[in-house]
Amino acid sequence: MQTLAPAQTAAHQLPQIAHPRNAGMPLDLDWVAAVQANTSAIERRTATLPGRRSVKKDHQAAWLCKAISLIDLTTLSGDDTWGRVERLCAKARQPVRPDLLAALGMEGLTTGAVCVYHEMVETAVRALEGSGIPVAAVSTGFPAGLSPLRTRLMEITDSVAAGAQEIDIVISRRHVLTGDWQALYDETRAMRAACGEAHMKAILATGELGTLRNVARASLVCMMAGADFIKTSTGKEGVNATLPVSLVMIRAIRDYEARTGFKVGYKPAGGISKAKDALVYLALMKDELGHPWLQPDLFRFGASSLLGDIERQLEHHVTGRYSAANRHAMG
Amino acid sequence: MTVREIFDAMPYGPAPESAAEALAWLDRHGRRFGPFIDGAFAPPGETFATRNPATGEVLAEVTQATAEDVARAVAAARRAQPKWAKLSGHARAKYLYALARLVQKHARLLAVLETLDNGKPIRESRDIDVPLVARHFYYHAGLAQLLPKEHPDMAPVGVCGAVIPWNFPLLMLAWKVAPALAAGNTVVLKPAEYTPLTALLFAEISREAGLPKGVLNIVTGDGATGAALVDAPVDKIAFTGSTEVGRKIRAATAGRGIALTLELGGKSPYIVFDDADLDSAVEGLVDAIWFNQGQVCCAGSRLLVQEGIAARFHEKLKRRMDGLRLGDPLDKCIDVGAVVDPVQLAAITRMVDAAGGEVYRAATPVPPGCFYPPTLITGLSAAAPLMQEEIFGPVLVSMTFRTPAEAVDLANNTRYGLAASIWTENVNLALDLAPKVKAGVVWVNGTNMFDAAAGFGGMRESGFGREGGREGLLAYLKPAAQGRPTKPVAPFPEPAAPEAPGLDRTAKLYIGGKQARPDGGYSRAVWGPKGALLGHVGLGNRKDIRNAVEAAHAAKGWAKATAHARAQVIYYIAENLSARAAEFAARLRAMTGRPGEAEVEAAIERLFTYAAWADKWEGAVKPVPLRGVALAMNEPVGVIGALCPDDVPLLGAVSLLAPAIAMGNAVVLVPSAAFPLAATDLYQVFDTSDLPGGVVNIVTGDPAELGKTLAGHMDVDAVWNFAPGLDALVERESAANLKRSWVNGGQGRDWFGPAGEGHAFLRQATEVKTVWVPYGE
Repeated sequence: MQTLAPAQTAAHQLPQIAHPRNAGMPLDLDWVAAVQANTSAIERRTATLPGRRSVKKDHQAAWLCKAISLIDLTTLSGDDTWGRVERLCAKARQPVRPDLLAALGMEGLTTGAVCVYHEMVETAVRALEGSGIPVAAVSTGFPAGLSPLRTRLMEITDSVAAGAQEIDIVISRRHVLTGDWQALYDETRAMRAACGEAHMKAILATGELGTLRNVARASLVCMMAGADFIKTSTGKEGVNATLPVSLVMIRAIRDYEARTGFKVGYKPAGGISKAKDALVYLALMKDELGHPWLQPDLFRFGASSLLGDIERQLEHHVTGRYSAANRHAMG
Repeated sequence: MTVREIFDAMPYGPAPESAAEALAWLDRHGRRFGPFIDGAFAPPGETFATRNPATGEVLAEVTQATAEDVARAVAAARRAQPKWAKLSGHARAKYLYALARLVQKHARLLAVLETLDNGKPIRESRDIDVPLVARHFYYHAGLAQLLPKEHPDMAPVGVCGAVIPWNFPLLMLAWKVAPALAAGNTVVLKPAEYTPLTALLFAEISREAGLPKGVLNIVTGDGATGAALVDAPVDKIAFTGSTEVGRKIRAATAGRGIALTLELGGKSPYIVFDDADLDSAVEGLVDAIWFNQGQVCCAGSRLLVQEGIAARFHEKLKRRMDGLRLGDPLDKCIDVGAVVDPVQLAAITRMVDAAGGEVYRAATPVPPGCFYPPTLITGLSAAAPLMQEEIFGPVLVSMTFRTPAEAVDLANNTRYGLAASIWTENVNLALDLAPKVKAGVVWVNGTNMFDAAAGFGGMRESGFGREGGREGLLAYLKPAAQGRPTKPVAPFPEPAAPEAPGLDRTAKLYIGGKQARPDGGYSRAVWGPKGALLGHVGLGNRKDIRNAVEAAHAAKGWAKATAHARAQVIYYIAENLSARAAEFAARLRAMTGRPGEAEVEAAIERLFTYAAWADKWEGAVKPVPLRGVALAMNEPVGVIGALCPDDVPLLGAVSLLAPAIAMGNAVVLVPSAAFPLAATDLYQVFDTSDLPGGVVNIVTGDPAELGKTLAGHMDVDAVWNFAPGLDALVERESAANLKRSWVNGGQGRDWFGPAGEGHAFLRQATEVKTVWVPYGE
């Protein structure tokens, strides 16, 4: 197995470096129409997964460090300021107290990326200079995606110009809800073109798609249109990332790879705030898709409060005592 | 590995559950156990070792209970039974409730001990077996509470002997003990030789519930102990295990007048249509055949996949198999644990090695010892032994089909009939297939779902009887009122000076809607009490039975007819019988010397009763813990052979045929030997009543000879005996294909009264099929 030091891992965060980038494919409506998702069966699988997989002791500590390396450390609030984003970037560089990382032998660990609004991209890029940590921007009229397509595309271009290496786009939910797959495909394809070298995460806003079948179909269409990642949620929907939704999306990723050979990344976002949840997600990825999807080039957590819980768990692992939030630096 | 190395490679690592508490419990008993009799552990006798199959280490020595031990246990149960039965339903409910609570309080200890003794993954014993055990006792606490009001005319059977298998040791104990105790019976239970420990722990726990002495007794040992229990003076045997042993028990208990339920093997189909959610269907197979190492009687072990998607489905399946993790059953991160014993491992290995086909073994590490890798075998024909025989290991065999009809044919191309899974997103297809598949349990888009409220049990050689639900409780009850012993009725003898009738009248056999001469070409004269020659009846033989059974099967359309349509025909039979009431009454008087009017009137009324029931013997929707429904559907049994009582020649025949055909069965009727002509007169009534040919067939002759052929016929689904003296014969012969049998137990019945009709007859005329339909979008 190839061994990547954490410092190197950061350089391998973009999918096009380790794997051929998803080129997309012509829209295949027969495939889209044939997709099935049995909700009860999917729920049973995800309900039993936490009982089937368990990681303990050093393994748990290592898995939690892995989770940190996969976090898109995120602030997407109306009251974001430059100072707030700089603080977040500092946390991305040093996500865990140095003494704890030293005890674990995990010096150099960083988060996967920092994720901000377009207006904060320049600040974040500057703050992360030299760290190798990419900046992701939510563009395209985040979170509703209902501004004119022309301005949504311009937003992408502007974010890329400002130094964002990853663009998290939101899809038009109305195209899914009305079954207009061609419109969804065309729009997403145009956004992918606007991204250029920056890699594109397509946010499906699964909490607003109504059914798991719609989630599966939208996942396929976005991958056909060239998405580098598919992502569950903006974090602003009523329901964000869930295990059933995740299972549907990663099964779509597996089918897409089987058909095209392209590996597409996955990003659950919103609602993952506990270390234990992160471990379940990692087990799901490992079991359903395999080891490549435990690397930052193919898997990210969209999360803001997850890191705090992991820090406390790591301190507990190192010291044997339960930790407190105030012992860890704020992000 | 360092944290950094783990970080790079991301293995799961060990996650062991501690065995310390369970081992400490074994130590407290000196790792030696006697049988649990009359509320206490008896001193150990001759012992054998029970081992942890994952490591081979000896866990404890348990007693090989002797026939004397069994006798003492049965005697203790016998002493305890009257008082236990006399308790109020509420009092028994409190004990069962306490048992449920205690199982929960000792849940982890029970789970760890089960995993140690059996080799199943701790996830399964912890998350599935033990919670289901607690649920079973809760549910039956409720049944005990409701029993007096729900079944006022029923009484407990008495002392129940239970013989259970090693695949779900504690759960099978719960399935036997909970309904038995709820109904007021006492129990002697023999756990499997490989897995006696949780039963012994449960016995100890039962003392914490204050269970009276002798109500629950546990005798450990091998097959010899089981045989001793079967031979002991018990009132019922409940057995779960292999079809082979079930057949022996059926034969061994024949004619003893004791109740029997058998839950036996299976080769359950797992049908995947091209419109299914394929990934979910693959995941379902993990729960179907890689659950408990495939050592599950209802395992979905026979994959039937639609041809167009077979290649893709097998690829997905193989990939999933590669991800299964084998290893230490106590590891919380293990999917497949140890096979129960090296003997079983050898049996699995031998069967697979002898098979043809393409064998795919999961690309996953297999630990040394008693482990077998998840295996898929494709390219076998329907005739291949592995397509027909139960492997009882983590081995899946696969075939393809083209159409729904072919899927049903292949699914039913087996001697078994325990369970089936149907995967399709088309609700029309799923609900069309569910009744067509021969199985006691059908899961739509799922597999291996169980709940105490839902009946479980098989058809064909998968056994008979249901466990769980209200239907399961009935297997532990009998009618409170007992009949008088039956006395055979001899035909009137040929007089010294025979008196010839005016015009010769010959009663024929009635097969497939046509009058048929007996194959053997022999007839017998029927004499009246005063020496009148009333006519002749054919002496049917085995070939006539063969023909009648074939005709009955040809009348398939009857089962599909609507209940309303069946009711119409039965009302019409009553109408036509009424029109000829005087003629039938005269015939009865001529044959028996007694007035016949009342019997004819009762027969007409009985026909009305079952015409009424035809569209009212409803199924149920079971409140199982699932977003979905579990439908308990009453289905016809199929072809029923019925030996009529000989004392009420018309009413007896009508009392058997009417419930059978009302529920959609076809019958082969063997009329009263002494007074056969009332039944044969009926066929002219049938002919004028729109009854399709083959639904009722009448074969006259010697009930012993005909009954032997009927009971032993492999294509007859149930046999009812109300002819005197034939119980043992019928029960013994029924072992051939393990058909359901219903016998009079040497007791007569008041055919004119309530005992002559009703629920008991309807239950015998139907199979409860539980169809699980989870839903949600």
